[in-house]
Amino acid sequence: MSAGAGNRPPLTLVAPAGVVVALLQLPLVYLAVRALGSGEVWKIVWRPRTLELVVSTGLLVLGVTAAAVVIGVALAWLVARTDLPGRRAWGVAAALPLVIPSYVAALALLGALGPRGLAQQALGVEELPDIRGYWGALLALTLTTYPYVYLLCASALRSQDPALEDAARGLGHSPWRSFFTITLPLLRTTVGVGAILVALYVLSDFGVVSLMNYDALTRAIFLQYRSLFDRTPAAVLALLLVVLTALVLLIEAWTRRRARYYRSAPGPARVPSTIRLGRWRYPALGFCSLAVGVFLVLPAAVLGYWLAQGIENERDLSFPWAETVDSLTASALAAGVAAAAALPVAVLAGRFPSKRTRLLDRLGYSGNALPGIVIALSLVFFAARYASPVYQTLALLVFAYVVRFFPQALSGASSALETVNPHLEEAARGLGRGPLGTLKAVTVPLARSGVLAGAALVFLSAMKELPATLLLRPIGFDTLATEIWTLTTVGAYSRAALPALVLIVVSVPVLYLLSADRRPQSGGG
Amino acid sequence: MHTRSLAVAAGIAVALALSGCSGGSDTLTIYSGREEELVAPLIEQFEQDTGTDVEVRYGDSAELAATIAEEGDGSPADVFFAQDPGSLGAVAGEGLLAELPGESLQRVPERFRDPEGRWVGTSGRSRVIAFNTDELSEDEVPDSVFDLTDPRWHGRVGVAPTNASFQAFVTAMRLQQGEEQTREWLEAMKENGVRFYEKNTPIVEAVASGEIDVGLVNHYYLYLVKEEQPGAPVANHFLPGDDPGALVSAAGVGVLKSTDSGEDAERFVEFLLSDDGQRFYTQRAEEAEYPLVAGIAAKEGLPPLASLGGPTLDYSSLGQELERTLELLSETGYTS
Repeated sequence: MSAGAGNRPPLTLVAPAGVVVALLQLPLVYLAVRALGSGEVWKIVWRPRTLELVVSTGLLVLGVTAAAVVIGVALAWLVARTDLPGRRAWGVAAALPLVIPSYVAALALLGALGPRGLAQQALGVEELPDIRGYWGALLALTLTTYPYVYLLCASALRSQDPALEDAARGLGHSPWRSFFTITLPLLRTTVGVGAILVALYVLSDFGVVSLMNYDALTRAIFLQYRSLFDRTPAAVLALLLVVLTALVLLIEAWTRRRARYYRSAPGPARVPSTIRLGRWRYPALGFCSLAVGVFLVLPAAVLGYWLAQGIENERDLSFPWAETVDSLTASALAAGVAAAAALPVAVLAGRFPSKRTRLLDRLGYSGNALPGIVIALSLVFFAARYASPVYQTLALLVFAYVVRFFPQALSGASSALETVNPHLEEAARGLGRGPLGTLKAVTVPLARSGVLAGAALVFLSAMKELPATLLLRPIGFDTLATEIWTLTTVGAYSRAALPALVLIVVSVPVLYLLSADRRPQSGGG
Repeated sequence: MHTRSLAVAAGIAVALALSGCSGGSDTLTIYSGREEELVAPLIEQFEQDTGTDVEVRYGDSAELAATIAEEGDGSPADVFFAQDPGSLGAVAGEGLLAELPGESLQRVPERFRDPEGRWVGTSGRSRVIAFNTDELSEDEVPDSVFDLTDPRWHGRVGVAPTNASFQAFVTAMRLQQGEEQTREWLEAMKENGVRFYEKNTPIVEAVASGEIDVGLVNHYYLYLVKEEQPGAPVANHFLPGDDPGALVSAAGVGVLKSTDSGEDAERFVEFLLSDDGQRFYTQRAEEAEYPLVAGIAAKEGLPPLASLGGPTLDYSSLGQELERTLELLSETGYTS
């Protein structure tokens, strides 16, 4: 039973949450206008080609999600719960790939492992297997997305109440058995949220599938815009992505067990006991080295190699100061706005559960699988026609980021609220606080770290965002991502390496917010 | 707390919106599908020469075409400077481009402009076969794309099926040789192990690295790749006669009907077609496009524009023909 069950949610909560979720639906309204205006919808949907695209997209989503969950959970558990040698360093290194934009990751992987890439030259062999296609796309997207699962799980594992595990151990269960019977089931919600973020990311990504030559729906959508100038088929395919999003959310909800995850006591959690790896620590170290080697060292090394080549060939390498400032400004604003906007939705769904609030929460995810170009064009359509003062302003760009990355803010706020015991809120209500007062005095302070983590995720995603930025940025507003794009379109990799490395380096401090040991705070501070 | 943050956020948004209001009628706004690395110096020169304030939005030509279409009459753009006739044709087809004044149009050969005068070509490019100079001498490179189906070229050829220039080339082949022969060529190339790339640059890079030996590309990508890898063993072979693999195409410019800076916009078009504007394409190391105005010679080392072959083609029909080309490419397994 939750604090708000049976209570009508206050209007001061419903109104902002409703407005936020309504604004998030703008791209869907646009797609409906574009797609349903023509009589060809079903013709496009029933083409055999469309089915092929849906299947190949589905396979990629399944593959990447599975890989990201396995790698993310394993790394999180090793780093958070075991005596793995050097686990603090591993903990930081494992999170770092999050700051590498997926198209940069794909370019770097191709530079290293692609035909005639660095690996082939170094090994001196005639030909390596071509990584382009499914496996290359899988590798690059796993690199970009597993940190979502890793970060969420690491923080959940650190703050998990050890009472149950201790009980299991006390009953004579081995550490392995208690991992599978207690730890993993307790992680269920967190893994689910991480898997949703991964799946939606894969659905919406264009850069990787394009560079890796993999036929996914987003690639087909871009091709429609790029070569046919016909916006109807693109809109129909984009609506299919929305259907796939709904499917992902349904599957997640269906597999979720009915369970409560908050701790029984509100005080600071006890530190979970550390599991000794013994001789298992060698395979564990091997696993960590392989993951960090492929996902971090390899792309960083390729970027470093390109930069060195640029210096050697005396290319024009100037430090992208203005681009760095623009990137930071837009991303910080997006993070703040998204976190503020997610809070009322998360509180409504978490504290006043009903069919309606749950629907509102799920609708917050609706646009997340849409590729950036679709979101950008939908906002072009509405803003240029009906809100021209905001068109091509920073405000609209920030709004586009919020629409694209809202679920990341929402997931942070929701998972934080889930660990706040509603009995504390009931106590506050019993002491005469109103619903808003309770929120202010109890819920928000307790959930603050989760909300911050959500904001940090949005920040990192916005730093990397390209397609919407290209179309919606104010003229002359260049971000690091657009600078990388400008240079790679003319093949100037040695000059693109510098902004790419800057993007990675300036994103790192924000990772700290995500990977810092965040236990729910006790009091009202 | 959340209401306060929301209020603050809304306040910031409104303030940004108000402060961000730009684009009075004294500024010329150009949407450029041409790469910033290539045309930024040209636009700077225009600003200096005329004292006009210019704002440029860079992006992909087709995406900008879609953007202009979504913006409709509210478009902030005054000028659309695009990579290919297809994008210009799409915007013209939405009825959004104004007719250009005759004097500018007359400077460019008829084949490089819209028959209705809504856009005009500004620079030309030729399809070529890029080849690896370590593996091949130029006389070993075939003079026709139809020779590339020979088993000798198995697995040695690269194309970019999703690239607009490649698609224009296939359209030209269809219009010249007919549907069936084009389909047969596409299928024979596929059986002969043709390799797919996303764009022209990666093809030239692959030729340079020896991954493949020849690639079907536009001629000027060679110079971009040479800039990055000065000693790369790659060169261009221009095809003689009217082989579709010698198609000559153009980048171009149009003025939007909804512009509030019509005079400046036309002045920009005039500038691009002036002797100075045209000479720009021959001056810098990485620029090697063809000037289209008579009397301006192409960059040294390039065969003159008039000597180039290629099929004669109505560029304004390319847009409409593209749909059938895409179906063909999709049926033969080249694209989605």
